[in-house]
Amino acid sequence: MPKLIKDSAIAEDNWQLLAASDDASTEVPAGQVIVPLNVWHAQKETLSQRADEIGVWLDSDQLADEIGDDASKLPLIAVNFPGFMDGRGFSTARLLRERHGFTGELRAIGGVIRDQLCYLKRCGFNSFDLDDSIDLAAAIESLNDFTEGYQASVDQPLPLFRRRA
Amino acid sequence: MYQYDEYDHKIIGERVAQFRGQTERYLAGELKEEEFLPLRLQNGLYVQRLAPMLRINVPYGMLSSKQLRKLAYVARHYDKGYCHISTRQNIQFNWPDLAEVPDILSELAEVEMHATQSSGNCIRNTTSDQFAGIAKDEVVDPRPYCEIIRQWSSFHPEFAFLPRKFKIAVTGAAEDRAAIQVHDIGLQVLRNDAGEVGFKVLVGGGLGRTPILGSVINEFLPEENLLSYLDAIVRVYNQLGRRDNKYKARIKILVKAMGPEQFAAKVEEEFQRLKEGPTALTSEEIQRATRFFPQPDYAQLDDTAADSDLQKLSDDNPAFAKWLQRNVREHRQPGYAAVSLSLKPTGVAPGDITDSQLEAIAELADKFSFGEVRTTHEQNIVLGDVRKEQLFELWQAARSGGFATPNIGTLTDLICCPGGDFCSLANAKSLPIAESIQRQFDDLDYLYDLGDLDLNISGCMNACGHHHVGHIGILGVDKKGEEFYQVQLGGNAGTDASLGKVLGPAFGAEEMAAVVQKLIDVYVGQRVDGEQFIDTYRRIGLAPFKEKVYAKAD
Ligand code: SF4
Repeated sequence: MPKLIKDSAIAEDNWQLLAASDDASTEVPAGQVIVPLNVWHAQKETLSQRADEIGVWLDSDQLADEIGDDASKLPLIAVNFPGFMDGRGFSTARLLRERHGFTGELRAIGGVIRDQLCYLKRCGFNSFDLDDSIDLAAAIESLNDFTEGYQASVDQPLPLFRRRA
Repeated sequence: MYQYDEYDHKIIGERVAQFRGQTERYLAGELKEEEFLPLRLQNGLYVQRLAPMLRINVPYGMLSSKQLRKLAYVARHYDKGYCHISTRQNIQFNWPDLAEVPDILSELAEVEMHATQSSGNCIRNTTSDQFAGIAKDEVVDPRPYCEIIRQWSSFHPEFAFLPRKFKIAVTGAAEDRAAIQVHDIGLQVLRNDAGEVGFKVLVGGGLGRTPILGSVINEFLPEENLLSYLDAIVRVYNQLGRRDNKYKARIKILVKAMGPEQFAAKVEEEFQRLKEGPTALTSEEIQRATRFFPQPDYAQLDDTAADSDLQKLSDDNPAFAKWLQRNVREHRQPGYAAVSLSLKPTGVAPGDITDSQLEAIAELADKFSFGEVRTTHEQNIVLGDVRKEQLFELWQAARSGGFATPNIGTLTDLICCPGGDFCSLANAKSLPIAESIQRQFDDLDYLYDLGDLDLNISGCMNACGHHHVGHIGILGVDKKGEEFYQVQLGGNAGTDASLGKVLGPAFGAEEMAAVVQKLIDVYVGQRVDGEQFIDTYRRIGLAPFKEKVYAKAD
């Protein structure tokens, strides 16, 4: 079973990811599956009945609005980073958490690197599917590169100026 | 000046530790080159033509004498004994050893300095008016807001991987000395009719390949909404800015593509949803920030008496008179003046300063100006609060330190990027051009007669030398592997900002001093009634200059 970082620990990944496809009516296999957004939109009726089994992944150009309030009903949303320099997913994550009421597992997939974990966490991600070459045990340490931040964030809704003594 | 508390120290300390770990992993081969690249850039570290270059932030241009001494120490111990003031008020070291950079950052953290986000596709150091807090035409001191923005932008978790770099400038005066029209976001602090403080917000200005002036998207943003509104702008940009082409990735391209009105509407929509959130500034926070920029402990002085004493000294001492005329500026406190130390003597790269000069300036600051200085985007250093009665003594000391060249605001006080001698992006060298022009115009009386003149030189399209907003702008270009220089006329960085127009075909390096001389000859021949160069240009246009410069020799 492949491994990832979830809630600050190494965990097994029980989900399979359905690759992007132009065919939105493609068959969704049994088990826990993360489907592309177009598949979700096309097959929402049936997929909703598999409540705990279906997650959705957004590509970096699919903004949080496109999933909207469906987010609050999903157990998992993954956000793809085509490369680690593409930072759109940071905004997507915050909006899912702060505006669309998403409370499930928020997973960063694709090109993210260890050195982004702390920022990703602050934006609301709680699981990280890093490249196989990365030493996960060492990478976990980077979740806490910073233990204090100036801004409001998902993990600390009050900016520092409202907390400063 | 702002002073760190335990939180600031902790955050900067954690950043240094993080970068130390990243550098070690890189040197051990555990972090790939392409992954280390943006991480080191976000800590100010470039790899240049000859060696790395480390850019240290000078938040909105303010430095204490203690910080100057630390910079001198770093220059001496980790570099070749000098550093460079950039056109964005920052300090650059040209020869650090990559493995030692974490140590340098740790040294700097001791004096509350850092290199966070001084490069890379993130929010850069906020710049401001070098005469903030002392200018006569100031409405509101912009520095407390700059500090609030510094904290908000530092390690902002959502905006560390933007489509492209992002620069914010803030001014609080009637005359714009912070070039807010050519920044990604330009802010003008002002008061409305009810006396409340707010911001005029400009967005989408910039130089580089596609120079453009910013558009006003909000005429009056109440101060408590500052950060929520900035969050909204940068969020819209992060989501919608182009990422497919680095030359089209700046916010100015997005604003242009959407149209300023539609962009403003999008920002407004986002802002309305953030406005009531916890990022709304509290009056306590604004007051806290403001308390760090109190009026210094000024003496009550007789301005008229001081002026008449200066007059006497000037009469006896023409060299002092020249310096007074060019390098000293009026101040809002009676009996005080602001003094520019020129880092543009001929023969030294513009903006370069040695370790011992840094220490000498620290001493001058302690003795004459409450221990503080300001860096300027014209690459000089300002002592902000000098008693007029001490100007003569200061002048003598500045002369022996080598920074009393009385050329502030003149043709030889030129802005110049490091160019091809250092920068790996350059198309052409810029420093030798600067020097050849300074040598051509070495006669001070002649120089004064020419008056205020901004000549700006960039070694490539990236426009670090702000050539588009020079009255005379010079741009290094590459033609089949050879270095040439394109000339632009009519740019201006101030309140009535304008972008220069290209004069015509480019010139070789050896022609440049003569070309500038011809431009000046046209101006001198055509000027009327005390016109400055830019005024004459605006009146007569490009044609007469073009004719003269490209006239065939008989
Ligand atoms: S303008 Fe070009 S050559 Fe000059 S410093 Fe900037 S990138 Fe380098």
